[in-house]
Amino acid sequence: MILNSIILQTATRILIALLLLLSIWLMIRGHNLPGGGFIGGLVGACACALYTISYGVKKAREALRLEPRIMIGLGLTLAFLSGLISLFLGDPFLTGQWIKIYIFGTLVKIGSPMFFDIGVYFVVIGVTLAMIFALEELEFDYQPSSEADK
Amino acid sequence: MESLLSIAVGILFATGIYMMLRRNLIKFIFGFMLMGNGINLLIFTVGRLTRGTAPIVPEELEYLDGSVIQDFANPLPQALILTAIVIGFGFVAFSLVLLYRTYTVEKSLDTDMLQESVLPEVTP
Amino acid sequence: MSLGWTVLSGFILAAIAPFIHKFTKNATGWLLSLLPLGIAFYLFTTYFAPVTSGETFVATIPWFADLGANLTFYLDGLSLMFALLISVFGFFIIIYAGGYLKGDPHLGRFYLYLIMFMASMLGVVLASNLIGLFIFWELTSISSFFLIGYKYKYLSARKAAQQALLITGLGGLALLAGFILIGLGTGTFELTEILQNPEALKTLPAFPAILIFLILGAFTKSAQWPFHVWLPNAMEAPTPVSAYLHSATMVKAGIYLLARFSPLMEGVAAWQITLTSIGAITALMAAILALKASDLKQILAYSTLIALGTLTLLIGSGTEAAFKAAMVFLLAHSLYKGALFMAAGAIDHEAGTRDIRELGGLIGKMPITFFAVLLAGISMAGLPPAFGFIGKELSYKALLYGENIFVLAALLTNMGLFAASIVVIAKPFFGKFKAAKDKVHEAPLSLFFGPVVLATSSIVFGFFPGFLDKLMTAAQKSLLGVQHAGKDVHLHLFPETFSDPAFILSMITFAVGAVIFLLWRPVFNGLNAIAPRLDIGPARWYLWALEDLERFAKWQTRRIQTGNLRNDIRYSFIFTFALVAYALYRSKLSFTVDFSGLMIYDFIVFFLMLGGAFAAVRANTRLSAITALGAVGFSVALVFIVYAAPDLAITQFMIETLVVIIIALVIVRLPSFHLHERANVGGRWRDAIIAGVAGLCITLTMLVVLQQPLNTNLSEYFAAESVPHGKGHNIVNVILVDFRGVDTMGEISVLAIAAMGVYALLKFGRKEPEDELDLADKSGDELGEKLGEK
Repeated sequence: MILNSIILQTATRILIALLLLLSIWLMIRGHNLPGGGFIGGLVGACACALYTISYGVKKAREALRLEPRIMIGLGLTLAFLSGLISLFLGDPFLTGQWIKIYIFGTLVKIGSPMFFDIGVYFVVIGVTLAMIFALEELEFDYQPSSEADK
Repeated sequence: MESLLSIAVGILFATGIYMMLRRNLIKFIFGFMLMGNGINLLIFTVGRLTRGTAPIVPEELEYLDGSVIQDFANPLPQALILTAIVIGFGFVAFSLVLLYRTYTVEKSLDTDMLQESVLPEVTP
Repeated sequence: MSLGWTVLSGFILAAIAPFIHKFTKNATGWLLSLLPLGIAFYLFTTYFAPVTSGETFVATIPWFADLGANLTFYLDGLSLMFALLISVFGFFIIIYAGGYLKGDPHLGRFYLYLIMFMASMLGVVLASNLIGLFIFWELTSISSFFLIGYKYKYLSARKAAQQALLITGLGGLALLAGFILIGLGTGTFELTEILQNPEALKTLPAFPAILIFLILGAFTKSAQWPFHVWLPNAMEAPTPVSAYLHSATMVKAGIYLLARFSPLMEGVAAWQITLTSIGAITALMAAILALKASDLKQILAYSTLIALGTLTLLIGSGTEAAFKAAMVFLLAHSLYKGALFMAAGAIDHEAGTRDIRELGGLIGKMPITFFAVLLAGISMAGLPPAFGFIGKELSYKALLYGENIFVLAALLTNMGLFAASIVVIAKPFFGKFKAAKDKVHEAPLSLFFGPVVLATSSIVFGFFPGFLDKLMTAAQKSLLGVQHAGKDVHLHLFPETFSDPAFILSMITFAVGAVIFLLWRPVFNGLNAIAPRLDIGPARWYLWALEDLERFAKWQTRRIQTGNLRNDIRYSFIFTFALVAYALYRSKLSFTVDFSGLMIYDFIVFFLMLGGAFAAVRANTRLSAITALGAVGFSVALVFIVYAAPDLAITQFMIETLVVIIIALVIVRLPSFHLHERANVGGRWRDAIIAGVAGLCITLTMLVVLQQPLNTNLSEYFAAESVPHGKGHNIVNVILVDFRGVDTMGEISVLAIAAMGVYALLKFGRKEPEDELDLADKSGDELGEKLGEK
């Protein structure tokens, strides 16, 4: 399903960067304000879906550079590893661990839940894109054209 | 609003179940989506509704204590529903693809036809 | 503590046994046998002396300590004797299995089952907590299921495994019920505490039920009539299994249970009558059936039933002498039966058959095996100077105190047993050379090592019973109730006087038994001729029960699960909402409907949602249905916005968008709504009523629930801890990634699985399932031939 529309393609080119930025921003701020891995991931997935619809799967895959399935695996691994940290520190699996560091004099808190959230983010994007790509790449092996309605 | 939403949830369930009982499997999925929305709303409603503030601790506070907690929405149902929505999406996507797969093999999405073609004869 | 590890170490070794086997190949059996040897050594060196002088030990491994559920272990004379038996036999059997199943592709798995079984068995005899005992008990059933069904490609093996599992599983359930009743009644699940206060148990109102459940559990496991049918069929298992499970250990678990509860049942008439009569029936029946069999393993299986029946009879008799006799007989039986089973397997392995009609003259070819069979057979026949003779004398003596009818039963049984023993010794080894193979060699070391050691000890302990006497006495003490005087019964090889009535009974046994042996062929043919006409026993009942159960299951499945999706869903909804309606009815339906404080946009959202829902139902085209669904989804998102759930609102918006994309991608490849829609107005109204009632139930349920006060403990906890502990201000997000992180972990895994599912459905073609199982019925003989019982 490629909508070969110049307007859409142009709009997508501008929107995609904004949407991806938005998705990352939503993910990062999620710990304190509405957002988070799920929401960020969904916005990111929507952005990629938009790109796929305007340019086709082939281009989308090229732009993404990473197989969605691998993205799922990476996300799961990251989430799992972030949970392991606490095991080494003697806490139960997935207990949040935080450190405070100063970057240019600003207090920044970094914790394992953040990495967990990043893992969730990648899983959500990966899952959605894996589905959409697989569907887009389907050949019309059985097309019920006579029965299709509008 | 709880009462009004209770009615809405009941209607979402009724319409959803009615659609799930239709012969076309696509309608089954649509019915399931209606019911899924109903279930999410159900959890949301019985967790009590507040027009107040989202469950976000204000910047200046360290925690929400008994005095202010009434002004904030209940965070627990929200966390439950958030995962439910996403899982529901996974379910719908998977079922749709399963339907597609069934259709390519069986050439039909009619539950009555599928029963005849898929199941072996049961001898008493 | 270390007592617990004697049990748990077995499970650990079982788990890694297949991996060890990959590296050590043929040496695995010898290597793995070190664990049971070590356990036996540890038990012997650490506990033998104190336990035989009357001490008992308790060890605890914390499990769910917060719930008060711990793994507790208890060691007294009885459990020490059983534990030694299990570990020593485990040592021999594992070595034997390595030789017997050499080269078998699934040998690693076999070790896993076998060692798991051994560990479970140790658990049964050492557990103090009744629930722990039950769990180990069930583990023995499960591992024996896998062991009996090890040659799963054969229908007979699968059926035998299923039968054993069903019967022992049924008994296991009864046992659980009994244990729970005991626990609820006495307030404790600890055997140590229950044993200290027999009166508390006996005076429970549920005591009759407890009695029945315990007896059911023990009888199914120990193959007492009418549950004995599974034991002869279980001979489908490879010989090491038969030798271990069906002679020395698993079937003795029921005996252990009876012995363990014996002190609590002192003076309970129902217990004594049931045990003695059923034990006698089992033994007598088995003595006759043993003469009907020609398969070496079958003969041994029936003689095992004789022993089990006799043991039950002795425990039921309830005297000091009977308990002592039971313990001696149990040990004697384990020694000779283990040796005989292993030797029978060796004969089968080398000569190619186990049918005694096709065997003969093996004495020259397999002298070492003959030596083992001879010694063990003497013990089984109860001839002096074997240990079995002492056991038989003691049981005659013990029974002579009580009812004469049981003496008669024991006498008849022992005649049959004597004849069967001589058959086992004489038929394969003497006479003209006969075998299924032309060249017959002596079995390898791993196959005769166990039989020779065990058979020799059968004789050695006959001469020197004093060494084991201490252990037997300690074990017997565990069976005694408060009324018993604790009189010592000593072991003698030779009777004090030759006019001793027990000795006279023995002489009669030998004389009549010898006659039966000489007439074996006619007896065998006669029994086999009349057997088909008498096929109305428990074996038939089992088949009937199984068939009827299957028929009933099929009938109700056809009725309720028609295979038509709509029917199935309809039934599910009807049952579910009938339950909901009942709950509503019970709740008295007290609720209030409150429409105050509603704003105009509440109504707008409400009607938008309603309109969407009904439009979706009425939609004639897929596109309109999708649009209507979208309206519902977005109005739900609006509700989230209005009622302070921004995270949910964003999620819902995004999901709606993605769902539309996915639906659009799939649906163009699917047929339209109007495929075969027939006008079925009645059906629509029926479904509309079901749906309407369901919706009404939900609405009413919600209204009733909303009357209840909301428990906000969790929410308050999260609100209070979010910033200090979770370091985040967005409580919903902190719940997701921190407080309930494991849930989220599970959720993203589910998502990943869904994506994999989609991918697999779309990318891979279907594969025809390959059925490698041989569905034809094959008898045990054919089975043996096919695999050569390697």
